Amino acid sequence: MNRSTIDLWVGVFVVLGIGALLFLALKVGNLASFSNSETYQVQGRFANIGGLKVRAPVKSAGVVVGRVADIRFDNETYEALVSMTLDYSYQFPRDTTAKILTSGILGEQYIGLEAGGDGVMLKNGDRVRLTQSAVVLENLISQFLFNKAAEAKEPEKK
Amino acid sequence: MQQSPIVEIRKLAFGYDPARAVLRDVDLAIARGSVVGIMGQSGCGKTTLLRIIAGQFLPTAGEARVLGQPTAQLDRHGLYAMRRRMGMLFQFGALFTDMSVYENVAFPLREHADIPDDLLHDLVMLKLQAVGLRGAAQLMPTELSGGMARRVALARSIALDPQLMLYDEPFTGLDPISFGVIVRLIRELNDSLGATSIIVTHDVQEALEVVDTAYFMAAGRIIAQGSPDDIRRSAEPFVRQFVHGAAEGPVPFHYPAPDYAADLELAAG
Amino acid sequence: MQQLEQLREHARGRLERLGNTVSSQVWRLGFASRFLFYLVMHSGTALRRFRLTVAEIYFAGVLSLIIILVSGLFVGMVLALQGYDTLQRFGASESLGVLVALSLVRELGPVVAGLLFASRAGSAITAEIGLMKATEQISAMEMMAVDPIARVVAPRFWGGVISMPLLAALFSAMGIFGGYLVGVQLIGVDSGAFWSQMQAAVDLRNDILNGVIKSLVFGVAVAWISVFEGYDAVPTAEGVSRATTRTVVSSSLAILALDFVLTALMFTGGTNQ
Repeated sequence: MNRSTIDLWVGVFVVLGIGALLFLALKVGNLASFSNSETYQVQGRFANIGGLKVRAPVKSAGVVVGRVADIRFDNETYEALVSMTLDYSYQFPRDTTAKILTSGILGEQYIGLEAGGDGVMLKNGDRVRLTQSAVVLENLISQFLFNKAAEAKEPEKK
Repeated sequence: MQQSPIVEIRKLAFGYDPARAVLRDVDLAIARGSVVGIMGQSGCGKTTLLRIIAGQFLPTAGEARVLGQPTAQLDRHGLYAMRRRMGMLFQFGALFTDMSVYENVAFPLREHADIPDDLLHDLVMLKLQAVGLRGAAQLMPTELSGGMARRVALARSIALDPQLMLYDEPFTGLDPISFGVIVRLIRELNDSLGATSIIVTHDVQEALEVVDTAYFMAAGRIIAQGSPDDIRRSAEPFVRQFVHGAAEGPVPFHYPAPDYAADLELAAG
Repeated sequence: MQQLEQLREHARGRLERLGNTVSSQVWRLGFASRFLFYLVMHSGTALRRFRLTVAEIYFAGVLSLIIILVSGLFVGMVLALQGYDTLQRFGASESLGVLVALSLVRELGPVVAGLLFASRAGSAITAEIGLMKATEQISAMEMMAVDPIARVVAPRFWGGVISMPLLAALFSAMGIFGGYLVGVQLIGVDSGAFWSQMQAAVDLRNDILNGVIKSLVFGVAVAWISVFEGYDAVPTAEGVSRATTRTVVSSSLAILALDFVLTALMFTGGTNQ
C-alpha cells in the first residue's frame, strides 16, 4: 500500500463524507430557511397561545413567511407576548390579523397572518394589533355542552 | 592527550520505588574510544544502569555525566540533543514493523536532517553496507531472521554517526555465525566511527572476546573490573563462578526454602 | 465473637479495595487528561507533516467504511419497517421520512457510528500502540530523539477525530437511503410525502448541526481513550489484550453517557421549545 494509493483513498473518503453532509443539509434538512435572507421582527399579544411553540411557522395564505422567534408572558397585562421573525421580502399592512391556527384537526399550531387594507406596512419592532387566540378544546366542548343544554330547555318552555 | 571520560558515574544510586534499591553506590568512568562490557546476572541492575546512561531514568542519588553533561539537569530539549549523539541497540532490534528495512534505517536521518532523497539513499545504503545487509533493503522486518533484524537495528542506530553506542544484550539468542558477525561489527564500527561502546550482557565468554574493559555487577554494585585477562584470572568468588559457569558458588543453586525434611514430612503427614 | 471480628475485617478489606479502585481510577483519569493536554500541545508534527495524519485517516476512516455503510443501510431499513408498523396505526404513515431522518441524524448516526468506530478502529489503534510499546519500538524512537507522542500518537488521535464526523454523516445518509428503499420502494409510502415532510421537520441548525457536534465529541472521546489505553498498556501480550478490551468498553460507555448529556443540553428545552 504505497503513499499515493493511501492519499487517493483518503481523498475519496473525505469527498464521500462531505457529500453525505451536503446531502443531509440540502435534501434532508430545510436549508431553504431564512438563515440567509434578511428578516424583520414583529410582535403580537395573545390571550391564549394554546400549543404554539418557538420555531413554529408563520403562514399567510398557507405559505410559510416566517417563524416564531420567542414566546414570553407579560406579567402586567397577563397576556402572551409572541415575537415573530418575518422574511424581509414579505411586507404586511399595519392592520394585519394574526391568528393561532391548527394544521389539520390535531396537528401542530402555527400563526396565520391575514392581511388588512392599510397603506402603511409593518416595520421592524412593530406590534400586530389584531390578534385571535388559539381555540382551546376544553372551552369548545363546554360551550357545545352549554348550547346543547340551552336547546334542550327551549322546547320545554314552548 | 588525555581526554575526559565519555561517561562518568559517581556514587550513583537508583530505585524504582524507595523501598527497593536497584543500584547502590556505583562509580565508573569510561574512557573515550574503548569498548566496555557491563556484566552480571539477570536482575543485577546492569540494564537499569544502561538506561540511566541513556537518560531514560534519573538517578535518585549521585550523578551520571554523559558526553560531558549531567543527565539529571537536562530538559527535554537537552536530552534529545544528547541522544542525537548516541545510538542504542535494543535486545530484539525494536525495528518499526510497519516500515521496510530501508525506511527503518532512513528514519533517524529523515527526522533529524533535511537532506534530499538521493543523498538519503546513498547514506542508507552506506549504513546497510557496513552491516552487510545492503541487499535486504526492501524486505520488511517480519521477513528477517533474528540476527538480520539485529543488524538492521544496528545500521539504524549508527545512522547519525554517534559518539557513544549502547548495546542492550546484543548476543542473546544468536547462532555462532551471527554472533561472530555481531562481534566483528561492534569492534569495526567502534573503531571506524571513533566512538565508545558500552555493552550490557550476561554472555561472559562472548563479551570477554570483544571488550577492552569489563565491569562486573552484583546486587546493584560493581564488584570487579579490569581487562578480560584480569577477569579470567580473578580470584573473586562471584566472578569465578560467573566466568566458569559453576552451578554452586556465592550465588546458591537453591532458592531460599524451609527445611527439606520438614517439607517432606508435612506433605506425607 | 471471633466470627464478627472476621466479618468486620473482611468488610473493611473490601471497602479499602473499593476505595483504592476508585481513587486509582480518578488518578488514572487525571493522568489521561495530562496526556491529552500534552498530545494536543505537541500536535505540530502531525499537522505539519500531514502525510502522517492522512495515513491514519486511511486506517481509521477508510477501512471502517464498509462496516459503517452496511450497518447504516440496515439500520435505516429496520427503522422504516418498524416505524411504518407503528405509524400506520395512527394514520401517520406519511411521516415515515421524518421518523427515519430524525432518529438517524439526531441519535443513531453519531451513536451507532461511534460504537462501531470504537470497536473497529479504536481497538486497532490501542493494539497497535500497545504492541509498539511492548516490542520497545516506542523506546527506540525515544532513544533516537524523536518524541513518540508527537510522531506516533498524535497522528492517530487526529486521524480518529477527523474520521468520526464523516463516518457518522455517511451512516445517517446511508440509513436515510435504506429507509427510502424500504419505505417508498418496498412498502409503498408516497415518495413526495416521504421527502417533503422530512425536509419540513429536519432543521439544519438544530438537528443536523447538533448531530455533527455530537459525532465530533464522540470522535474526540474515542480517539483519546484509544491512544491513551494503548500508550498506557502493560507491555506484555496480556497487557495489550486487556488494554484493547478496555478501549472498547470505556469508549462505548463514554459515548452513551455523553450522548445523554448532549441530548439533554441540545434537544430538550422546557419552555415552549
